[in-house]
Amino acid sequence: MSVLIFIDHADGHIRKAAIEAACYGAKIAEQTGTTAEAILLGSTPADAAALGQYGIKKVHTVNDASLNTLDAQVYTKVIADAATTTGATVIVFSNNIVGKAVAPRLSARLKAGLVTGAVALPDTGNGFVVKKNVFSGKAFANVSINTAVKIIALNPNAYPVTASEGTAEVVAFSTTVDSPKIQVTATSKVEGDVPLTEAEIVVSGGRGLKGPENWGLVTDLAKALGAATACSRPVADVHWRPHHEHVGQTGIAIAPNLYIAIGISGAIQHLAGVNRSKTIVVINKDPEAPFFKAADYGIVGDAFEVVPKITEAVKKIKGI
Amino acid sequence: MKILVCISKTPDTTAKIAFTDNNTKFAGDGVQWIINPYDEWYALVRAIELKEADASTVIHLVTVGAADAEPIIRKALALGGDEAIRINAESQDSFYIAAQIAEVAKQGGYDLIFTGKETIDYNGSSIGGMLAELLNLPYVSLAEKFTIEGTTATIEREIDGGTETNTVQLPVVVSCQKGVAEQRIPNMKGIMSARTKPLKVVEPTAVDALTAVVSFDLPPAKAGVKLVPADNPEELVRLLHEEAKAF
Ligand SMILES: Cc1cc2nc3c(=O)[nH]c(=O)nc-3n(C[C@H](O)[C@H](O)[C@H](O)COP(=O)(O)OP(=O)(O)OC[C@H]3O[C@@H](n4cnc5c(N)ncnc54)[C@H](O)[C@@H]3O)c2cc1C
Ligand SMILES: Nc1ncnc2c1ncn2[C@@H]1O[C@H](COP(=O)(O)O)[C@@H](O)[C@H]1O
Repeated sequence: MSVLIFIDHADGHIRKAAIEAACYGAKIAEQTGTTAEAILLGSTPADAAALGQYGIKKVHTVNDASLNTLDAQVYTKVIADAATTTGATVIVFSNNIVGKAVAPRLSARLKAGLVTGAVALPDTGNGFVVKKNVFSGKAFANVSINTAVKIIALNPNAYPVTASEGTAEVVAFSTTVDSPKIQVTATSKVEGDVPLTEAEIVVSGGRGLKGPENWGLVTDLAKALGAATACSRPVADVHWRPHHEHVGQTGIAIAPNLYIAIGISGAIQHLAGVNRSKTIVVINKDPEAPFFKAADYGIVGDAFEVVPKITEAVKKIKGI
Repeated sequence: MKILVCISKTPDTTAKIAFTDNNTKFAGDGVQWIINPYDEWYALVRAIELKEADASTVIHLVTVGAADAEPIIRKALALGGDEAIRINAESQDSFYIAAQIAEVAKQGGYDLIFTGKETIDYNGSSIGGMLAELLNLPYVSLAEKFTIEGTTATIEREIDGGTETNTVQLPVVVSCQKGVAEQRIPNMKGIMSARTKPLKVVEPTAVDALTAVVSFDLPPAKAGVKLVPADNPEELVRLLHEEAKAF
């Protein structure tokens, strides 16, 4: 019997979200007295054996060129085979882009109950109950999985990474890989930037910044902090910033360690995408801005005066 | 071309989130219900645009819900679409809903099935993928652009830190998000014609749910904001560094 963890990787490296899933899955294996094994599809990254540090005993790799691009249907068949072979009772994904495409398919294929957006270890005291985010971060639901095989998709930044000594055994898993029906014809990545969903720190700007010409305020601070940049919806709607930066109910939902909101009022739809951030800082000239109610730290003041000084102070501390 | 759009009902984005019956039920009294924004703004509007470009297109809407879902599905019909199907069942879990929609989809012979990226209440992001598996169809998730030529769909989907272009032969299941279309307001003509568009009610098939919500919790309240005077931003940076250890 095993807890099988799906390991997402890109550009030769295991993603941080996948390492969180590995740590989480290893803990469940410990709770349930089984072993933690991993499944890794496509070209095997150099750090596969290092998953041992996070409690993974065995990594099953399927190094087939068709698996270097995502076709959820093809992935699902392979993972289902691995789940059967390893006798998986729990299968763990990260609730990231790949996890959201594959975990539901696997659930329907195996008739295995799925909880996406998990934020804590399952409670195995009485059944198998997983806490998940609902209402866009405004509440949690405790969901019981009532099938023999259980699938969990863990939210990024919801479970801490702890490393110890260890090397995982890396073995090739032999199975047939179907030919993909989805062809990837182009990829465009925002070069050099930290991807928003993986960023530890996010600096975000709203309509209070008045126009795109003032965005240096946001990007300078982000650069000093090594942060990703984000914006409110109206800012993306009027094309001051690209759409992929828009966070909130209808944009991207993020949960960084630190979220700094500059000139954003804090409408409930905006908060829905950022309220899982660990520390929230608000800079707004209106003391009545609703964002202050959701913030940990704040400055009531003019962003144009305050933010450059913050950037300087950060640089001074970091010695840059 | 025949398109099926999956429509769900969610509390308005500003609704107060509270629970009753020993924290086992959402307190829905007095809450305004809307079409899930991803289903309305993106999935449905893109389907309507495809019909505007090719008048032979037929759009069906499907919802799994009790009679109280009818105002929502009527509103969706007012935006556009030719007929609606309500599967008369309280939504249970994601698999139950997907299995119900799969039955309707099998009978309809659709070329294209659109869902929203996720429901803003349950945040499952699951039904599209489950549906695709039950129908043995390809699934493209988190679409930001969708175009079609003949029987080939070209889809830009979100990936970490960018986008990727996929091509796939119909039929296909696609989950839609921002970028796919722009929000529309229903016009008078649409509202009038929606009254006479067919709304079919079908009974659910027997399917077991795989999961069940046991209870809900609200997050602990924030301790309150610590304000730093505007003339001393350096103090904020010090607090973030030393107290919150945020960088
Ligand atoms: C269904 C629905 C979904 C939505 N989804 C989203 C979503 O996903 N994301 C999202 O962000 N919004 C969303 N919205 C919109 C949301 O309701 C708000 O309209 C939006 O978040 C406001 O953006 P803002 O804070 O940038 O602008 P405003 O509300 O205009 O606020 C600007 C703020 O800047 C402050 N300010 C002005 N000048 C300065 C200065 N010099 N220094 C400091 N502060 C200054 C002002 O005091 C004000 O608080 C949604 C709305 C609906 C109805
Ligand atoms: N009760 C329902 N009836 C019809 N479609 C639904 C229902 N619930 C969810 N969907 C569709 O599935 C998508 C994803 O929902 P979810 O998996 O719950 O996040 C939604 O955006 C809808 O398009």
